[in-house]
Amino acid sequence: MTLLSIRGLTVHHGLLRAVDGLSLEMERGEVLAIIGANGAGKSTLLRALAGLDAPTSGTVHLAGRDITRFPAHRRVSAGIALVPEGRRLFRSLTVEENLLTGAYRGRPGPWSLEAVYELFPWMPDRRRQNAAQLSGGEQQSVAIGRALLSNPDLLLIDELSLGLAPVIVRRIYGALRDIVAAGTTALIVEQDVSQAMRVADRVNCLLEGRSVLAGRPAELSAEQVERAYFGIRDGED
Amino acid sequence: MTLSNLLTERAAANVDVRRAARTSKLSGGALLAAVVLLAALPYVVFSDVTDTLVNLYVLVALASMWNLLAGFGGLVSVGQQAFVGIGAYSVIALADLGVQPYLAVPLAAVTCVVFAVPTSWLAFRLRGDYFAVGTWVIAEVYRLLVVRVDALGGASGKGLAGLSGLDPVLRGALTYWVALALTLATVGGCYLLLRGRVGLSLMAVRDEETAASAAGIDVTRAKRIVYLVSAAGCGAAGGVITVSSLSVNPDAIFNVQWSAYMIFIVVIGGIGFVEGPLLGAVVFFTLQQLLADYGAWYLVILGAVGIAVARWLPGGLWGLVRDRTGLSLFPVGYYVRSSGHAR
Amino acid sequence: MQWINAVVQGLLLGGLYALFATGLSLMFGVMRIVNLAHGDLAVVASFLALALISGTGLPLWVVIVVTVPLFAVLGYLTQRVLLQGSLSSGPLATLLVTFGLSIVLQNVLLEIFSADTRTLDGGAFATSSFQLAGSITVGWLPLVTFLLACAVLAGIQVFLSRTGLGRMLRASSDDRETANLVGADSRHVYGVATAIAFATVALAGLMFAMRSSFDPATGPSRLIFAFEAVVIGGLGSLWGTLLGGIVLGVTQSLGAQIDPAMTLLAGHLVFLAVLAFRPQGLLAGRTA
Repeated sequence: MTLLSIRGLTVHHGLLRAVDGLSLEMERGEVLAIIGANGAGKSTLLRALAGLDAPTSGTVHLAGRDITRFPAHRRVSAGIALVPEGRRLFRSLTVEENLLTGAYRGRPGPWSLEAVYELFPWMPDRRRQNAAQLSGGEQQSVAIGRALLSNPDLLLIDELSLGLAPVIVRRIYGALRDIVAAGTTALIVEQDVSQAMRVADRVNCLLEGRSVLAGRPAELSAEQVERAYFGIRDGED
Repeated sequence: MTLSNLLTERAAANVDVRRAARTSKLSGGALLAAVVLLAALPYVVFSDVTDTLVNLYVLVALASMWNLLAGFGGLVSVGQQAFVGIGAYSVIALADLGVQPYLAVPLAAVTCVVFAVPTSWLAFRLRGDYFAVGTWVIAEVYRLLVVRVDALGGASGKGLAGLSGLDPVLRGALTYWVALALTLATVGGCYLLLRGRVGLSLMAVRDEETAASAAGIDVTRAKRIVYLVSAAGCGAAGGVITVSSLSVNPDAIFNVQWSAYMIFIVVIGGIGFVEGPLLGAVVFFTLQQLLADYGAWYLVILGAVGIAVARWLPGGLWGLVRDRTGLSLFPVGYYVRSSGHAR
Repeated sequence: MQWINAVVQGLLLGGLYALFATGLSLMFGVMRIVNLAHGDLAVVASFLALALISGTGLPLWVVIVVTVPLFAVLGYLTQRVLLQGSLSSGPLATLLVTFGLSIVLQNVLLEIFSADTRTLDGGAFATSSFQLAGSITVGWLPLVTFLLACAVLAGIQVFLSRTGLGRMLRASSDDRETANLVGADSRHVYGVATAIAFATVALAGLMFAMRSSFDPATGPSRLIFAFEAVVIGGLGSLWGTLLGGIVLGVTQSLGAQIDPAMTLLAGHLVFLAVLAFRPQGLLAGRTA
């Protein structure tokens, strides 16, 4: 069943068209990875989906509902949660308080504080610590937990691997499997192409705001991805 | 010659960079004529007209100084009355020491710069909006300190010595010319300052402080220069106020009302434009004359207009004119025109 | 002896200053707005109370209980109607709007009530006192004011740390955009912060009006007390604000002992000293 439907989405970053007439769909329960070089429009797409940047044109439907004009806080109630680039935890709040901010809108669902603590077993011991004192990987987990506590239908994760050691990244993506199994759909933006291919059901490559390659990881060759990523057209080298 | 040099030279030959547009040259001439006309006024009109104009000139000067500080320096001060007061009292003190009061006015500006140096050091330790309130507190401190000095008249103020022997008509004319000179000096000084390197630095800082700092601009120094100039201008204005009213009262001269006037004039006229204070002062002055019978309501209306303009018309009236017509009487930017060669 | 008495008076006064400062600090922390009309609101509350008392004959404590929540509502509305829009108009806009508001309030009060100074009559309660440990006289009003201020500060602290909305206020002051991302409606959050600010400054203004006279032009002096308490104590900490208020109160009180004309100046000089030598305040915020 289609959860997310994006049609002709254009988002401007000042005068620059960061997302250019993009259309894509997501089914419930799948993991879609958006890859692409810097400036390809990946983060802008996620921010637009989360309601932080208003689109210039196009529509976004979530479970059949038109949420295009919804401001960010209403999208949380509608069932979208973004784990922003750079984690962006609240610096003066503790770990637990950070998590609880996610539950502000009180959407019903399987995710509670206890459930998040089960997902990340090291967290309960650090719950009263100030969020700024955690390591990058720990902060990333807290940011994910915060997003989960709003019980989203669609979880957006922006550049999870940025600034983290590969072994930590793998561990966190391991948790993603459990998250999706519990019923959440995930759209991830990932710099690390091989990591993206490992964890996603489908992959979509963006270049200059447009989708230039889409498919299942198993069906895409490394060369195809490389050409799409760098914008190498047939006949050029 | 490297390739990039060659390309740059070719590109430079294709564009024409100038400071003044044609309209600016025309308006420059018109302004000069206006100044000559204004200078001749004491010979032409009655003294109550020139006395009223003195008030207008003082407002223009003060507003220009506030605009320099806030619109170009990015420093919003609600405490410039500190320097208005220091300037006023400098004239009083110097006159007591035998200095001719009209000469004391520029000296008052110097005094203010001396006081402004340590004051800026303290005030700059506050950032953003807290800076505004901090300047207000500092003005209060100056008032409280001055009031304790009996030689300056204490809490009740003091009269100005040295002008009593002068014929009233002559005195009125001299005061008028000093006020006119003040306005020319402040507006002209602003213009010249902003056209130079300091101006360029300031506008860079105003637009994007981090980038400006990374480009090597000494942000603090630029801001301090502006703060000192503003203090000098306000001090000279305070001196003119004293010379005009022949006395000083601490509660009146250190009153935050002066800041209110400055702020409203600039906000309504157009912040960040040299022309703004001129336009705003005329509007303010007209309002003041029209509403003179309504007591404090005129300030209420002024405040309400100020709020509305701050909220919905951030560029003020001159900003509106500039947007519609591109007119610039005091160009502090550059005009770049392509010279039409196809290469 | 006299000096200890002065310190005690200053301490009690400090609680009141802290109450004045809370609203200013909250609005700045959450919205980055310095409300230049902050002090004038206290004066408006005092005049409103005066008008209510003479108009309805209700006792003062009833009027206080009515006025404070009324100001909370006014604060919420002011934020939604006036301030919210100016937040997007640029950094200068809100400062200018609140300054304009200050001028408007002062002059409206001047036209309606004239420049005469007034006080709120607290009756016998306002002037009664008791003896403490020998020669220290403690007035009931200052003591109750201090306890009330501490209670309000504690209440706000609890609200901020234990409730969802309070948590969102703190989150918003850290990172407004991310707070939106987790579901906070900025307009509502800001409205609540402003409501608390208006209510606390109204309460502080009313308590102050019982022990000190007021007139339409006294707003700025209240603003200055609040501001100095915040800077001395340190931004970002409610208890810092209390400490700042107490330091200010004690300084003024001791200054008054030396020379009554030194009262305000002493406070200003301490403020300037803190600004010169420890600009982050005595108790800098909990996080670096």
